[in-house]
Amino acid sequence: MSKYKNLRLFNGKMSLLIDRKAAFIYTTLAIIAFVVFVISTGLGEMKINPLTVVKVLLGLGPEMETLVITSFRLPRIIVALTVGISLAIAGAILQGLVRNPLASPEVLGISGGAAVAVVGFMSIFSDQNHSLTVSIAWLPLAAFIGASVMGVLVYFLSWKNGVPPIRLVLIGIGISALMQAFTTFLMVTGPIYQASQANIWITGSVYGSNWTNVAILVPGAVILIILAILATRQLNVQELGDDVATGLGDNVQKHRFLLLMLSTALIGISVAFAGTIGFVGLMAPHMARRLVGSSFEALIPTSAFIGGILVMLADLIGRTAFSPLEVPAGVFTAGIGAPYFIYLLFKTRNS
Amino acid sequence: MLLKRTSYKWIGLFVTFLLMIGFMCASVIFGYADTTWRTAIDSFTHYNGSNEHVIIQKVRIPRALIAAAVGASLAIAGVLMQTLTKNPLASPGIFGINAGAGFAVVVAMTIFSVHNMQSFNILAFLGAAFAVISVYIMGSFGREGLTPMKLTLAGAAISAMFASFTQGLLVLDEALLDQVLFWLAGSVAGRNLETLISVIPYMTIAWLGSIFISGKMNIFAMGEDVAKGLGLNTGFIKIAIGILVILLAGSSVAVAGPIGFVGIIVPHLARAIVGMDHRWVIPMAGVLGAILLLAADIAARYIVMPSEVPVGVMTAAIGTPFFIYIARRGFNAR
Repeated sequence: MSKYKNLRLFNGKMSLLIDRKAAFIYTTLAIIAFVVFVISTGLGEMKINPLTVVKVLLGLGPEMETLVITSFRLPRIIVALTVGISLAIAGAILQGLVRNPLASPEVLGISGGAAVAVVGFMSIFSDQNHSLTVSIAWLPLAAFIGASVMGVLVYFLSWKNGVPPIRLVLIGIGISALMQAFTTFLMVTGPIYQASQANIWITGSVYGSNWTNVAILVPGAVILIILAILATRQLNVQELGDDVATGLGDNVQKHRFLLLMLSTALIGISVAFAGTIGFVGLMAPHMARRLVGSSFEALIPTSAFIGGILVMLADLIGRTAFSPLEVPAGVFTAGIGAPYFIYLLFKTRNS
Repeated sequence: MLLKRTSYKWIGLFVTFLLMIGFMCASVIFGYADTTWRTAIDSFTHYNGSNEHVIIQKVRIPRALIAAAVGASLAIAGVLMQTLTKNPLASPGIFGINAGAGFAVVVAMTIFSVHNMQSFNILAFLGAAFAVISVYIMGSFGREGLTPMKLTLAGAAISAMFASFTQGLLVLDEALLDQVLFWLAGSVAGRNLETLISVIPYMTIAWLGSIFISGKMNIFAMGEDVAKGLGLNTGFIKIAIGILVILLAGSSVAVAGPIGFVGIIVPHLARAIVGMDHRWVIPMAGVLGAILLLAADIAARYIVMPSEVPVGVMTAAIGTPFFIYIARRGFNAR
């Protein structure tokens, strides 16, 4: 049996090569993601049997359970899933661009830029009654702008006859330290209710998500995810290194810039709704690479599933482990992510 | 190197020392409450309990002394770490030591409800020690140790982890957030003299210790193999540097919270002025570090008057362009 299965559609007008192993892995991961989704929906203050959860999802459940699930749990879990997927894809793209397995949104300062934008947005547009004077729908835009400005800034500051990956990472670290300082500054000078609100958000939490959030987040994420899947070819070329990629006729710097923007947009929308849930963009692509290798056609979807599962699990633990206290999901992802990062450093020590 | 002859270096050190005294005086005089030279001197000679005199004696003088001591300590810690790791970007901030000590202090306040200064110090030392040890372990990965690049990344990851844990704890305790937020940003304001007195013994020991081992650090900087060949006990030097860094960074964080970038900028400036000889770099960095933090603190009072910018934000704003400059120049062109 060959490694690939060729699928021809529309009388051969379109063809797809399907990697058998990858297809098997997608299916497994999709099942795991669904199971986590159902279990997570069932657990909480009120425990709901997974079968009932499935019934509710199909619109056949009892009234009480339907209310709890549809109005409280579902939006939150959908946000967790989408954010996990977006962050993982953004991380995979960044790692391909930088050609360094250690790149991630938080290390490159992009999450930091989005954080400053969101805290700034909250402090500028808040009134005395702790509520926003403009629609919350503008928040993702602010986060997106913050993330993009930082993405572009880091990119241009690293530019000196092209952008070598190492310089991009170092400058990213410097910029993220600066962004952290600005965020603290905005929190210190703002009123205290805003500081605690901003703090929850910065730690990374899907607490309090509602259907309005879902309605803005999901369509945006879907468009970006489709773009990311379409961009896999450029990513594969980028990973060959500047010289080979140029030799292949690829406009390396231009594509690198566009891919950076795509990844920035994914980070921006995630940060807007869930804050900076750290290290997902770092871990998910690595785990995925273990499973399906480093070709981006398979890597992007696999990382996406893993990212979604990770954030759903982190949120589930944060919600239930110390109940009634809620620990933000970002604390758990950082707790697993940072040691994992150091393990990666250890593993690649002699290369 | 700006100053080539030894006599010039003595003069240079003396001039920067005078400059530091000048900045300390400026730090006492300038601020929201308008005071003059005369009031400052009067507050010593004819103390009359007036508002200005109280401000000078109880607020401004401790603040100036704390800024100078913390600035000097962080700068010296930066020199030590840059030599130890052979990494021009090494500093307590970038390697996660500040974040580790900060996390330890927040844990103390939330979980053990500790509020006295003495236990603060010990916890800050513990946090700093943890981070220093992890940097060590990572530094000894592989035959040649981690590359400067990877060490920087590892430090960034450790900082991010501790920052996230700290924020997580603060989410659970909103009242505490208000208390520690200003501290977490890094500030030398609102501390009394007792805070400084409780850590000054550790700092003094570490300053003297650093100067004491500076000759040996010159040999160490040639590379570990060469140093061993010359008969230097490199293991001892590494441990000594580690302990000194813990003392310097831990006590600075206990007093002023995590203040970044002083440890990166100042060693480079000091080396540009007096060259690579650690016997000169360490005292010069100490004095320059004090000047930098005093200057940043004075500026922090004027930017958003009448409120204040935490000085940690100021040093980040000054330090990031410098960091980017070093990163652009590259690691090899030292």
